[in-house]
Amino acid sequence: MTTLARPEKDDISLRPLPWRRMAGVTWRQHRFALLGVVTLLGALAVYLWIVGLQLHRAYAAAVACHPAGSPACQDLVNTFNGMDAFLANGSILQALPALIGAFVGAPVLARELETGTYRYAWTQGFGRWRWALGKLVPLAIVVTAATAAFSTLLSWFYQPYFATGHQALGLSQTSPFNAGLFDLREVAFPAWTLAAVAIGALAGMLIRRVVPAIAATLVVYAGLVFATGIFLREHYLTPLLTTKLTLPGSAWILSQWWTKGGVTLSQSTMQQVMLPIIQRLMPAVPEDQIHLYKLPTILNTERYLTQHGYTYWTSYQPVSRFWPFQWIEGGWLLALSVLLVAATIWLVRRRAT
Amino acid sequence: MNVIETNGLGKRYGGTWALHECTLAIPDGCVAALVGPNGAGKSTLLNLAVGLSAPSAGDVTVLGGRPAGSPAALDGIAFVAQDTPLYKTLSVADMLYVTRSLNRRFDQSYAQARLDELGIPPKRRAGKLSGGQQAQLALTLALARRPRLLVLDEPVAMLDPVARHDFMATVMTAMAADGVSVLLSSHVLSELERVAGYLILLSRGRVQLAGEVDALLASHRLLTGPAAEVDRYAGRPVVHAGRAEAQAHLLVQATADDPVPPGWTARAASLEELALAYLREPGAVALHGPGRDQGTVKSEVTK
Repeated sequence: MTTLARPEKDDISLRPLPWRRMAGVTWRQHRFALLGVVTLLGALAVYLWIVGLQLHRAYAAAVACHPAGSPACQDLVNTFNGMDAFLANGSILQALPALIGAFVGAPVLARELETGTYRYAWTQGFGRWRWALGKLVPLAIVVTAATAAFSTLLSWFYQPYFATGHQALGLSQTSPFNAGLFDLREVAFPAWTLAAVAIGALAGMLIRRVVPAIAATLVVYAGLVFATGIFLREHYLTPLLTTKLTLPGSAWILSQWWTKGGVTLSQSTMQQVMLPIIQRLMPAVPEDQIHLYKLPTILNTERYLTQHGYTYWTSYQPVSRFWPFQWIEGGWLLALSVLLVAATIWLVRRRAT
Repeated sequence: MNVIETNGLGKRYGGTWALHECTLAIPDGCVAALVGPNGAGKSTLLNLAVGLSAPSAGDVTVLGGRPAGSPAALDGIAFVAQDTPLYKTLSVADMLYVTRSLNRRFDQSYAQARLDELGIPPKRRAGKLSGGQQAQLALTLALARRPRLLVLDEPVAMLDPVARHDFMATVMTAMAADGVSVLLSSHVLSELERVAGYLILLSRGRVQLAGEVDALLASHRLLTGPAAEVDRYAGRPVVHAGRAEAQAHLLVQATADDPVPPGWTARAASLEELALAYLREPGAVALHGPGRDQGTVKSEVTK
């Protein structure tokens, strides 16, 4: 029969076990989730790399084409513009942080609570809140690092759409503040993924079941992304005001309105003012082609009005604020993630069964 | 030293007390059996003792005054929870690795030798083991931590008779070899009769009976006599009176030296008879414990 050796002298003033011991534990328990994330990101990276090279090549060809506007060059522009159907608006990649958060973050505590293994884990010598922190932090770091690497690829991929100076060519172009793309690039993408993991961890601790916790993570994350894009992001820095009629396509235009003599004019008032002028300036063209002339006509109308005492105001965020905005978003998401993890740890510590 | 001491310990879920006014002192160096029907509060008491849950009232310390759940307490107690939770997707070897990483002490060679003896392959996933093997693995992991107190919550409830025997044999071997104290709960008393040195009987969230098994057995007698004379028995306090046709059985708080009325016979009660008598009379209480008056009868039942 196997017997036990006698325990060494009991030490009541125990020093906590070293944190590094959690690394191997975390790896053994979450390797499938982590390998899943790396595989998913790796496969997408290969795809983005192949498509991205074509995209960059098409862009370079369209820009270099001479003389611009010739049918041959127009073909190249059309080729570039036609390439973006799948990825350009970013909506598919928006799901990535949510999925990573849901499938990596949510099960960390929910699975323990659902299967009852927390009764094993929380009664080991490591201590339960240290155990939870020792798991969440390495997972968060690995996921953030992986998505940060992926983010540099995404940033490169989308570059052609943000290049300025070639507006006249008619190339597909968008503002770097574009709601669907801003959070897929640079600092924002890993920060959002980190936040998703933290949301998942807290949801798992609160809900205590894996599948409902995953669902809750997806819902809460989507709500947060939506609210940030619609309400929050534009307020990071006070918008600039201008009375210029044209702004570079890279600027993020928030709102526009007319004033006369210091009084803001309503939409309907302006319509009444503008309609006769538009009709006067409108060239005589067949009815079915009128839309081709509308934009220049409106621009002319605006010029006419500004020469007659009206002022056209635009509040906007200039493209020079892209990096400050990235860091602000990354900063508050990091702070939010820290808070969520702290709340999770606090719950682990005080949870009374 | 007492391995567990509770003082007015209580745990409330919503409006009901799962454990109420529990004051205990479980001594070192024995197998303490925590028995009681399902829902009596056994798991609640064990969860409080290992620090998984926090008391609603009173306090609990372990291993000579360490607060339950504190690092020093976790270090000295190994807990095998009900249904022996393991990470089902991890291999046996990985379970050993995880447990070794999470604890100050881990006797790897003991654990490996035990698993060899049990024929549990290290590469098998924990979820693929039989119920008995899972229980043995959980127990081996707990013992390899070389704890001073081993706490087992319903360890044999799900096991077949052979696995039950093997499991208890492992516990008793470790106890003999290492002097580890054991606290285990069960709703089947017959399992524990041979091994228990200390008995705690819980009923409806209250401690009904607590004390050294020898002292409890020595202070109770089972009297048998004519059923018609039950009401006239006026000797020692009666815990429970059971009638079978013309005969009646009285479990009384008495020693072998107490006089037996004419027409009655007296014998020692078994632990199971003792526990059953108390369980049938929830108002009866007997607490024998170190540091307490021997044989205090807090209330008695004579019907």
